[in-house]
Amino acid sequence: MKIYVTDMSGNTHELEATEDWSVMEIIREGGIPILAQCGGSCACATCHVYVDKEWKDKITPPDEEEIAMLDGAFDVTEDSRLACCITFTEELDGLRVSLAAGSV
Amino acid sequence: MSDKHTTDAVIIGAGPTGLFSVFELGLHDVKCHLIDILDKPGGQCAELYPEKPIYDIPAIPSCTGSELTAALMTQIKPFNAAFHFGEMAIEMKKQGEFWQVKTDAGTVIEAKVVVIAAGGGSFTPKRPPIAGIEEYEGKSVFYAVRKRDVFRDKDIVIAGGGDSALDWVLNLEPIAKSVTLLHRRNEFRAAPDSISKMRALVDAKRVSLQIGNFEAINGSGGQISSVAVSDEHKNVKGIPCNALLAFYGLTMKLGPVADFGLGMEGELIPVNTADFETSVPGVFAIGDICTYPGKMKLILSGFHEAALMAKKVFAYVHPERRYKFQYTTSSSDLKGKLHVSK
Ligand SMILES: Cc1cc2nc3c(=O)[nH]c(=O)nc-3n(C[C@H](O)[C@H](O)[C@H](O)COP(=O)(O)OP(=O)(O)OC[C@H]3O[C@@H](n4cnc5c(N)ncnc54)[C@H](O)[C@@H]3O)c2cc1C
Ligand code: FES
Repeated sequence: MKIYVTDMSGNTHELEATEDWSVMEIIREGGIPILAQCGGSCACATCHVYVDKEWKDKITPPDEEEIAMLDGAFDVTEDSRLACCITFTEELDGLRVSLAAGSV
Repeated sequence: MSDKHTTDAVIIGAGPTGLFSVFELGLHDVKCHLIDILDKPGGQCAELYPEKPIYDIPAIPSCTGSELTAALMTQIKPFNAAFHFGEMAIEMKKQGEFWQVKTDAGTVIEAKVVVIAAGGGSFTPKRPPIAGIEEYEGKSVFYAVRKRDVFRDKDIVIAGGGDSALDWVLNLEPIAKSVTLLHRRNEFRAAPDSISKMRALVDAKRVSLQIGNFEAINGSGGQISSVAVSDEHKNVKGIPCNALLAFYGLTMKLGPVADFGLGMEGELIPVNTADFETSVPGVFAIGDICTYPGKMKLILSGFHEAALMAKKVFAYVHPERRYKFQYTTSSSDLKGKLHVSK
């Protein structure tokens, strides 16, 4: 299974995805720099990504904690998510996300 | 303003590792001063997850970040360490027998050893990723209020949705010419009392509330003239102002420690695992900031590192004394230091 991550320079990387890992972990372990300062505890907002529109409906929507934590991110849009709060499942094979400013 | 102190050990960072060092060093009769840029002890535990439970502190099945910090503060109380909060350690140099550590507030601490427990770096405000913002910082764009009077009669935009943003809306509204609160959504995560006070000011038209995204700043020569804000339909408008306060939380940045000459490996300080001394004699590094084969960034690792560090520091601070291994349970000497009964 794969995910596709677009970095701040606009380059897209194909990464091996592992079931039950968070998207942040897949990005970090895949060797793409992502700050993720709190290590995936929804406590720093430095793993901010934009989810491709076509994937939005397939992902569990953010809970209240994630929405509140996004207050600490910049350039937040309706596609914004914290990558540590998205758990990768089979249905997300092929997921596309882009890193946001403040996460690298 | 210069404030000079002399002590045995200066500890940079008052996270869990720095705090527990006070205990281990105290048992070895080593007096400490601690420096932390935060205004409170606890490092990441206090700043990033005060309410979240930690389950892997040995023998404590569960405690939150703030409970751990409070317990450490109680544990180190007998040793009367001196804390310098709200100050960043910016320079470290050897002066004869002593190390001298300077802070950005002008404090100078002379000590026989330096213990770097700087964790993931010093907590500094997040800066909006806006090109050219540096030019304005400290002149008309601020991430903290140092002097309230700077904002008197100003048209201020305050960006953010947490306690800092709301506290300063309430605090500056009486002296400002105008206050605009800018937040990305019409919900706030702050003390309920502050939220209701802010809402009352908005209803009374004494504070303007703008929901939208902070896009850009306009101005020249470091003087801001307006903030560009986009709404949910991507329409951009300018809010005229002459001061901006942005509160998006804190982030960890290594900062000046990178230039202390400690042979950094990336953002980490390599140490010898027998005593946690760095490549520079008399300078130690423990906790998240240090690296060695097998290092794990856990609180319990920091505690272990503090104990081994303290043993070597004892040799520097009390070279005339012979080291003796003791248990707190049985040593009347240690119990005396802890002010517990024989
Ligand atoms: C959300 C989250 C959950 C976690 N959960 C766990 C867990 O369950 N179990 C566990 O063991 N660990 C956990 N951790 C990791 C743990 O918090 C860290 O390992 C620990 O805080 C490291 O302690 P430290 O004292 O080395 O550094 P820190 O806690 O980072 O403290 C360092 C301090 O030094 C200050 N500082 C740095 N440089 C300077 C300077 N130049 N001048 C002044 N001050 C400076 C900083 O401001 C900071 O306050 C978690 C971390 C996070 C973020
Ligand atoms: S890694 Fe900190 S919020 Fe996701």
